[in-house]
Amino acid sequence: MANEVLFRNLDLERLWDIDQYRSRGGYEVLTRILTQKTPPAEVIEWMKTSGLRGRGGAGFPTGLKWSFINRDAPVDKYLVCNSDEGEPGTFKDRDILRYNPHALVEGMVIASYVIGAHRAYNYIRGEFWEPYERFQNAIDQAREAGLVGKDILGSGYDCEVHVHLGGGAYVCGEETALLESIEGKKGQPRFKPPFPAHVGLYGCPTVINNTETLSSVPSILREGAEWFRDLGVENSGGSKLFSISGHVKNPGVFELPMGTPFAELFELAGGMRDGSKLKAVIPGGSSSPVIPGEIMMDLTMDYDCIAKAGSMLGSGAVIVMDDTTCMVKVLDRMSYFYHEESCGQCTPCREGTGWLWRVVNRIENGEGRPEDLDLLLDVQGRIRGKTICALGDAAAMPVEGMLRHYRDEFQYHIDHKKCMVGAGA
Amino acid sequence: MSEEKTITIEVDGQTLEAKPGALLIDVTDAAGIDIPRFCYHNKLSVAASCRMCLVEVEKVPKPIPACATQVTDGMKVQTRSPVALAAQKGTMEFLLINHPLDCPICDQGGECELQDVAMGYGSDVSRFVEGKRVVPQTDVGPLIATDMTRCIHCTRCVRFGDEIAGMRELGATGRGEHMTIGTYIAHSVDSELSGNVIDLCPVGALTSKPFRYRARAWELTRRDGVAPHDSVGSNIQIHVRRNRVMRVHPRENEAVNEVWISDRDRFSYEGLYSDDRLTRPLIKKNGAWAEASWEDALEAAARGLRSVAAADADQIGTLVSPTATLEELYLAQKITRGLGSANIDHRLRQSDFRSEGPAFPWLGQSIAELEKVDAALLIGSNVRKDQPLLAHRLRKASLKGAEVHFVNPLGLDLHFDANQVVSDLAGMVHNLAGIAKAAGGSKVLAGRVSVSDEHKAIAKKLKSAGSATILLGNLAQSHPDYSILYGLASSIAESTGAALGILPAAANTIGAALAGAVPKYGAGARPAEKTGLNARTMLESPRKGYLLLGLEPGLDCANPALAKQALAGAECVVALTAYRSPSLEETADVMLPIGAFAETSGTFVNAEGAWQGFGGAVAPLGEARPGWKVLRVLGNLMDLKGFDYLSSEEVRDELQQACAGARPENDLDNTTDGEIQASAGKLMRIGEVPIYAADALVRRAAALQETKDARDAAVARANATVAGKAGVGDGDTVAVVQGGQRAKLVLRVDARVPDGCVWVAAGVPGSESLGDQFGEISLEKV
Repeated sequence: MANEVLFRNLDLERLWDIDQYRSRGGYEVLTRILTQKTPPAEVIEWMKTSGLRGRGGAGFPTGLKWSFINRDAPVDKYLVCNSDEGEPGTFKDRDILRYNPHALVEGMVIASYVIGAHRAYNYIRGEFWEPYERFQNAIDQAREAGLVGKDILGSGYDCEVHVHLGGGAYVCGEETALLESIEGKKGQPRFKPPFPAHVGLYGCPTVINNTETLSSVPSILREGAEWFRDLGVENSGGSKLFSISGHVKNPGVFELPMGTPFAELFELAGGMRDGSKLKAVIPGGSSSPVIPGEIMMDLTMDYDCIAKAGSMLGSGAVIVMDDTTCMVKVLDRMSYFYHEESCGQCTPCREGTGWLWRVVNRIENGEGRPEDLDLLLDVQGRIRGKTICALGDAAAMPVEGMLRHYRDEFQYHIDHKKCMVGAGA
Repeated sequence: MSEEKTITIEVDGQTLEAKPGALLIDVTDAAGIDIPRFCYHNKLSVAASCRMCLVEVEKVPKPIPACATQVTDGMKVQTRSPVALAAQKGTMEFLLINHPLDCPICDQGGECELQDVAMGYGSDVSRFVEGKRVVPQTDVGPLIATDMTRCIHCTRCVRFGDEIAGMRELGATGRGEHMTIGTYIAHSVDSELSGNVIDLCPVGALTSKPFRYRARAWELTRRDGVAPHDSVGSNIQIHVRRNRVMRVHPRENEAVNEVWISDRDRFSYEGLYSDDRLTRPLIKKNGAWAEASWEDALEAAARGLRSVAAADADQIGTLVSPTATLEELYLAQKITRGLGSANIDHRLRQSDFRSEGPAFPWLGQSIAELEKVDAALLIGSNVRKDQPLLAHRLRKASLKGAEVHFVNPLGLDLHFDANQVVSDLAGMVHNLAGIAKAAGGSKVLAGRVSVSDEHKAIAKKLKSAGSATILLGNLAQSHPDYSILYGLASSIAESTGAALGILPAAANTIGAALAGAVPKYGAGARPAEKTGLNARTMLESPRKGYLLLGLEPGLDCANPALAKQALAGAECVVALTAYRSPSLEETADVMLPIGAFAETSGTFVNAEGAWQGFGGAVAPLGEARPGWKVLRVLGNLMDLKGFDYLSSEEVRDELQQACAGARPENDLDNTTDGEIQASAGKLMRIGEVPIYAADALVRRAAALQETKDARDAAVARANATVAGKAGVGDGDTVAVVQGGQRAKLVLRVDARVPDGCVWVAAGVPGSESLGDQFGEISLEKV
C-alpha cells in the first residue's frame, strides 16, 4: 500500500528525468486535459471528490481552494507553489523536488490551467540547493518537450513556470509572507482578508498550494479521484508523506495511506534506537503539541485522529523522542526557534515569543521561579489567536502542549535546578 | 449629492449608523467610542499589526482588529467585553515589556499615546523580569531626534514615507525582536515633510530635535496660527511657554493642509530667536546706527517720508513683503496712497511687468480640487519645494492616474511620476508656445513656433482630461518673459478647457493683491485712481524715499544689486523689519522693529483665496511692536486720515468691506506680444529660491539651515557641457559674475541643469550682490 502516489517511481534510475517520468504515464493527464480542453470546473470537481487536503499543514481542501478563483476576472492570475518547507521536522517536499520534480511541474501546469493562470512560481527554501537544481532541470526538460511555456502541446494555452529561491526565513513559508517575498519585499505576512484568492501576488487572484499537494494532482487525475480518496480514510483522502526523525533507527520520508496506524510508521522507521524507550511524539511538525508515546501508539495518522488527541497532523513531520529526552530542553530549543523566526510585525508574536523563550531558557538553566509555569501558560494564551499569521499560534501551542503533558518535568527543573531525566539528571 | 445607503451596527449595546464597508474603528471614532490603537492612522494604510484595537465581534471566534474590520449590517461588537479587554491588556503588556519606561526623561512624556493607553490598559507591576531590548542610537539629521529603544514598531513613520512623503527613507530592518526602524544605512531623513513623523510617532522614538529637552507638554499653551511661508496657509498650533514660541504643530484642516505641515512651517519658529532680531528702533546718524526711542524713531521716519512726499509724492516708493499680514499690507498701501504716491508693490521677485496680470489672481481652484485633476501642466515650478503640500495634492492625483507635465528650466527630483520638459529660459517660452499651438491656441508667437510630438501629446491630454489644470509657479513668476508665459498659459487654458492657476509664492501673495499692494489696483483689487511704478521700475528709476515692509533688499528682490543701489541713493529709507538685515543696515535710515510670525495678529489669504485670521501667540520680542500698530502710528504722525484703528480686526473689517464683490479671476489674457527677453545664446542664471531661503524667518531657522536641502543650495550647478566650456569641473571653486559683481561658489556638475544655464540660488547668503535672478551670468575659473 505504500508509495502509491508520489514515490511510485522510486524504483527507477534517474527518476527525476522526464523520460523516466513519462515511462510511467507522466504528463499524460496534462496532455489529455489540454488537448481535450477539459472544463476547469470538471477538474475542480474531481479534486473535491479526491478528498485531497492541503499538505502544507493547514489541511484546507484543495478543490475548494481552486474554486475560489474567479477564472473569468479580467486580471492576471497566479499559481504559487510553496516549497519553503521550514517547519522543523519536515523534509518531505525536499524529496519530491529531488526524486519526483516532474510530478510537481505537471501538477503546477494543470492547476494553473484550472485557475486560468499563465504564470506559476515555485518558492523553494533557500537552503535547498540540490532540490532547486533538480526542479529547475525538470522545468527546462518540460519546456523543451513543449509542456511548459508558450502554446503548450499546440493547445493555445501558455504557462510559464519560474523558481524563486527563498532567503532562509521561516516566516516566508506563511503564504502571504511568501507572496511578499516573491514581490521583493520583506517577508511579512499580510492581514487577511483579503485572501490571496482575491488579492494575492501583485494584487492579483492567486492560489498557493504546498509542493506535496500539487505533486499529487497528476496521480489523482490519472488514477481517478475515488481511487485516491479510497487510499485514505474518511475526511483524510489519499496517501501522505511522513518525515519521521528523532530517536528512531531509520529516520526518513515514508509514503503511507492516510489513516495508517502510527505504530506501522514507527515500525517502518525501525523503531526506537537501541535500548531506549519511546517517550513522546510531536506528530505534525514542531508547532503541533507533543503527544506522550503511549497515547501515540494507539493513534492513526490522519487529520481527525490526531486532532482528537489534542494535536495536529500538520505537515506530517513526526519527531520521535526517547526517555532520555528532557522536555524542558526540547521546549527551550523550540521556543528559541520561534523567537528567532518571528517576523516582528505584530506585537504579541514579536514580544511574546522572546518572553516565552527567556522564561523557558531560565528554567532550563536552573533559574526558574515558582510562578513561571503559570506565567508561561498565560503568556502563550495572550499570543494565541491574537496575531496576523499562525506563527504566533505555532510558538504558543508547543508551550501549552508541553505543560499539559510534562508539567512535572518543568516543576522538577524549577525545584531542583536540574533535569528530571536524561544526561542532565 | 445622492444619499448613500447606511447600515446599522451595534457597538457595546449602542446602535450606530455606518456606511457599508467603512472601517469599524472609523465608525466608533465618529461615535466617540474609544478603542485604543497605535498603528492605525486614518491618513495611512492599514497595518493591523499593533493588535491594540482587538475587539470581540459576534460569531467571530477570535478577537479581531477594529482597524482592519469592515462593518457589515447587523454586526454586533463588544469593545470592552472580557474577551476584548483581555486581548487589549495582553497587547499592552507585550508593548511595555521591552519599552524602556523612561518617561521622566522622554520628550513625549505627557503627550504620549503609549503612556495614555497604558493608564487604561496597563498593569501597575510588570511580570517581565528579563533584560530589556536596547537599540543603538542613530542620527537621521537635524530635525528629528531618535530614540529607537522606545519604538513600538507601529510603522506609522514607515508608511508615512511610503505613502505621503513619497520617499521611503525609514524602513523596518531585522526580524522579530530585532526589528528596528531606521534608514538602513547611515542616511539622513531629507523629505520636506519629514517632521510629520514626529506627530505620527505614538511614543518618544521620533521627537523634534530643535525642541528636545526644552519644555514639557503640560507647560505649553497652545494657540492657533497660520503658517507663514507658502501660499497653502497651513493651519498650525503654536506652542508657547512664557512668551516664547517653543514649537509648532499642525492643526487639522482637511480643506487646506489635511493633518500635515511642511518642515519649513514646523521648524521655522527658530528664526524668531536669531541673534540679529531687531528689538529696539534704530536711527542712522552720520552713517552709524544708534538706538532710539520709539517716539524719536517714528518721528524721524514720518519726517523723512513726509518731506520727500511734500516735494514730489511720486518720489515715494513702497516695497512690501508678501509674507506680511493683510492688515500690514493694507496700511502700507494706505500710507503710500495717502502720501499721494501710487508706487507700491509686493511682487519683489517679478522682473517682467509687460502685462499687469490679474487684479485678484489665485490657484484657479480649491486646494482640495488639485488632487482630483486628471492632468496638470506646471510651468516654471518646483512645487515640491515651493508649496510642499500642494505638491502632495498633485502627488495624490498622480497616484490616482493623473498625468502631470512640467515645463521647467531645470530637472526636478519629484516624488511622483511626471513628464518633465526641461530647457533654458527661452526654450521654456518656445516649448509652451508649441503646446499652445498644438492645443489650437490662436495668435501665439505666430510664425516662430515649432510643435513637437511631446507638445502635441501634452495638449491632447489637457484637452481630453476630465479635469485639467495649468499652473504657473515661482520660477515662472520670476522669469524674464513671465508676461509671455502667462499669455501662453492663458491661451492653452482657453483652448483646452483647463483651469488656469497661479501657485502664489508667499503666505500672503494673494492678500497683498487684495490689500492693494500693487500700483494698478487699490484695496479690494479695484482699479486705482492713479497708477504708479512697480517693484522693478521703482528700483530702475530710483526714488528719493522708500518705505520697506518686512523685506531684506539683498535677499528678497529679483535684482539685489539694483535694489541696494537704488536704496543706497535715496534720501530716506524707512524699514519696518524684524531683523537687522545687513542689506538694510547698509541702505536704510530708520529701522523700526516689528513683530515677526506669531508675534502679531492678522490675516493671510491663501492660494485658494481663503482668509485665515490669527491672533498673536506671543508678544513681539524686545521693544518690537506689531507691524499694523507701527503703520497706524506712522499714518497718524504724517497726519493721514483714517488711521484710528483700535485693533487689527478693525483694519481687516475695513479692507473686507472694500473687498465686497471681489472674485478671484486669472483673466484669460492672451497678450503674448513682445520680444522674448531671455537670451537664447547667452549663459543665463537660474536663480531659484531654495526652500529654506524663501523669507527672512526661515533663513534664520538654525536646524532647517543644516538640512540637506539647505546645504545643497550653497553651490553653483551646471551640466557637464557648460562646466566644460568654462573649463571647470565638479568640486571646483568658481566665480559667478553678474554686472561686475562676483560670488565665489563650489561648482557641482548636475545634469538636471539645461544647457546655457547655471543654477545659482537667490535669497541665500552670498547672493546679495548679484544681479537678476534670471539674468545673464558668466562662469569663471578661480
